[in-house]
Amino acid sequence: MNGRSAGDTAAIEVRGLRKSYGEHVVLDGIDFEVAAGTVFALLGPNGAGKTTTVQILSTLIPADGGEVRVAGHDVANNADDVRHAIGVTGQVSAVDGLFTGAENLRLMASLLHLGRAEASAKVQGLLEQFELVDAADKPASTYSGGMRRRLDLAMTLMGDPQIIFLDEPTTGLDPRSRRTMWQIVRELVSRGVTILLTTQYLEEADRLAGRIALLDEGKIIASGTPAELKRLVSGGSVRLQFPDEQELDRAARALGGTRDEESFALRVSSATDPRSLRSLLDQLDREHIHVDGLSTEAADLDDVFLALTSGEARRSRAAQSPEGATQANERITVQ
Amino acid sequence: MTAYVISDSGTMLARSMRRMRRYPSLTLFVAGMPVVLLLLFVYVFGGALGSGLGVPGGGRDAYVNYIVPGVLVFAVAGAAQGTAISVAMDMTAGIVARFRTMAIARSAVLAGHVIGAVLQTLLAIAIVLAVAVVIGFRPTTGPGEWMAAVGLLTLTAIAITWVAVALGMSANSVETASNSPMILILLPFLSSAFVPTQSMPGPLAWFAENQPFTPIIETLRGLFFGSPIGNDGLVAVAWCVAITVGAVLWSLRLYDRDPSRYLTARS
Repeated sequence: MNGRSAGDTAAIEVRGLRKSYGEHVVLDGIDFEVAAGTVFALLGPNGAGKTTTVQILSTLIPADGGEVRVAGHDVANNADDVRHAIGVTGQVSAVDGLFTGAENLRLMASLLHLGRAEASAKVQGLLEQFELVDAADKPASTYSGGMRRRLDLAMTLMGDPQIIFLDEPTTGLDPRSRRTMWQIVRELVSRGVTILLTTQYLEEADRLAGRIALLDEGKIIASGTPAELKRLVSGGSVRLQFPDEQELDRAARALGGTRDEESFALRVSSATDPRSLRSLLDQLDREHIHVDGLSTEAADLDDVFLALTSGEARRSRAAQSPEGATQANERITVQ
Repeated sequence: MTAYVISDSGTMLARSMRRMRRYPSLTLFVAGMPVVLLLLFVYVFGGALGSGLGVPGGGRDAYVNYIVPGVLVFAVAGAAQGTAISVAMDMTAGIVARFRTMAIARSAVLAGHVIGAVLQTLLAIAIVLAVAVVIGFRPTTGPGEWMAAVGLLTLTAIAITWVAVALGMSANSVETASNSPMILILLPFLSSAFVPTQSMPGPLAWFAENQPFTPIIETLRGLFFGSPIGNDGLVAVAWCVAITVGAVLWSLRLYDRDPSRYLTARS
């Protein structure tokens, strides 16, 4: 991915990563790179291979093939060097429910071999930062979902990791906790931490990530910045305003689209670049249809997601030869 | 990382001990079951079974002395269930996945479980012994034999605990983990723990004499009451060592296995 300036260094490099469970191919050769100090989102439906990718990158499970370097270390051969550099907050809550919040953090401090004074200071600091001071001496099993997730992330941060993996960090959280989590992610990035997050939520990827890779059925089917991805769907829509029902009728016959009878408007799906708009207006001119007004709506990531993970899109990828399929993937990658 | 094996194991042991304190019902259960069994066998069956021992005096008093070594071994086997359950609970919890992504000694997590469970088992044994003395258990030998008996019980506890850890890790759910050690709980009944093996029918007697618990129990009897031990002592230690080595290897293989199977099926 050559969209970055040459000075950037990659915190994560993945080449041709493969993983199967028996006959079931979970990751079918994926490639991506994450620049240091950025947020990268792996977006995909359930079963796309997001968690498997995180498990391999965080040294939990071995890959079947491909090359993975995290913080410059090979995950297969230098797992411990990788482990020193990373922090992981997974989908399954990784806190000890029988321990209090403070005890969970102190457990991390012991395993990180921090000195007593440093440990106490850090535990206190993280409890404050994550608004867990009041709950510090209550067992984690009594915490709400949002509190557990915050404690989980606080434990991850005890080791000051350079790279953090967040596997669906906001799944199952209420909207307020989700916003708190987003705020925490932004603060981490502002301190120079690299974050790889997986999510099913397009809004989350859109708001947090500098780059997004769309993962579907073990393949990256598109990648780029949120804006680039949105441009992928020939898309969005144009809303045309007509003076009366007669004009609306004629326009609808000529262009199709969805009618809004009450306000004499027509919503036509179309690209929203100037050239497409001009050709749309030219067509109306030729038909001598009078237009009062025009507004455009850009595609959102939902449109990209649905367009690229639809049954039709999958079938057309599957119809390609294996080599053709990867070429198709590269074509779709916006650099 | 290897420099921290001991310190990491200590951290994990402290964690196990604290979990035991937080979840005391499991510890009580571990000590309670053999005590109930001891009282049941001594007071309900003891009169009749004691007379069948064919020793001078016979009756309930003789049976107390006969059964205690068996109940101690039963306590070790019974503790395995608690260990397997807590290991399975721990492995299915995300925290162990977190440990795996940290630069800590791989063996520390298991070591914490094993040392904690062995201490818990020895605590249960102490409670059982105290109750036994109250109801009339009167060993006739000196401190050296006592030390040897505690040593053998510790070896047995280590062996059975490693088996329990492996069973706990191989289980796909906490339910399986609570069921699979049942075989360990059943085995003492098919040994010389409660009745002499000679009183059993042929094939069963053969099994009882050749399974690991019988030489351990017979050695304990010899140590407590000075009856001839013969090669039972050697056989008992050999069984303990063999079971420990096998179970350690099995456990480590299970720990290194793909952890995603512990987590609920997802991408």
